[in-house]
Amino acid sequence: MERIVNEMKISLPSLSVNESVARSVVAAFCAQLNPTAIDIADIKCAVSEAVTNAIVHGYKNTIGTIYITAKITEKNVVKISVRDKGVGIADVNQAMEPLFTTDSEGERSGMGFSVMESFMDKLTVRSRLGVGTSVMMSKKIGVLHNL
Amino acid sequence: MIKESKIFDFHVSKTELELIPIGEIDHHTAVEIRKKADELIKEKKSKKVVLNLYKITFMDSSGLGFIMGRYALAEKLGIEFAIRNPTAAVIKICKLAGLDKKIKFEEK
Repeated sequence: MERIVNEMKISLPSLSVNESVARSVVAAFCAQLNPTAIDIADIKCAVSEAVTNAIVHGYKNTIGTIYITAKITEKNVVKISVRDKGVGIADVNQAMEPLFTTDSEGERSGMGFSVMESFMDKLTVRSRLGVGTSVMMSKKIGVLHNL
Repeated sequence: MIKESKIFDFHVSKTELELIPIGEIDHHTAVEIRKKADELIKEKKSKKVVLNLYKITFMDSSGLGFIMGRYALAEKLGIEFAIRNPTAAVIKICKLAGLDKKIKFEEK
């Protein structure tokens, strides 16, 4: 089990304006790993997807709390989790299919999980109907500054 | 006094309507940007609509939904549609969705 050298936890209400907040906070936390611009862009995008899912789907028509944690391991891996206590996903495999969306209004692309999978090294999704969803993703980046 | 930050610009010429969203396109900002874009597309009735993305600093899959929605509207109205000056990040996410095979990409 890799040693955790730093970590952060935040919680935010599921207001869409907080999508940007979440991206910036996680990006700021990852800066200590001296990431490339692409690393940061990828991580911001993946975080944005997970948080947006919690807002649009998890807490659809309501406001709930989104819990975001980020941990850095001694092997320069950042592990990010985005968790909600919302409605949950009935079929996770189906939800993760590219272009699949339960959105009825028509402007959701259904690409959220595909983006997370593509931009991060690992993605794990756990969910229970009526309990909530947790998205865990990790990416190895850059070089640790002297801590 | 509340300062209104600009999230959208546009340019009309004889041949085209150029839409220039500014800043970030995510689920939150897409609501306002989409409204302005559709108003302009329907009002200006240009033969071609160009989405110039050079001022975009961030875009996630909500941005993809925004692009796909505008493309669908243009198709419905029989208008030509293209994306102009996408940043590397925009191209990356568009390729993921196979949008580069459906929509015209321009450099200018």
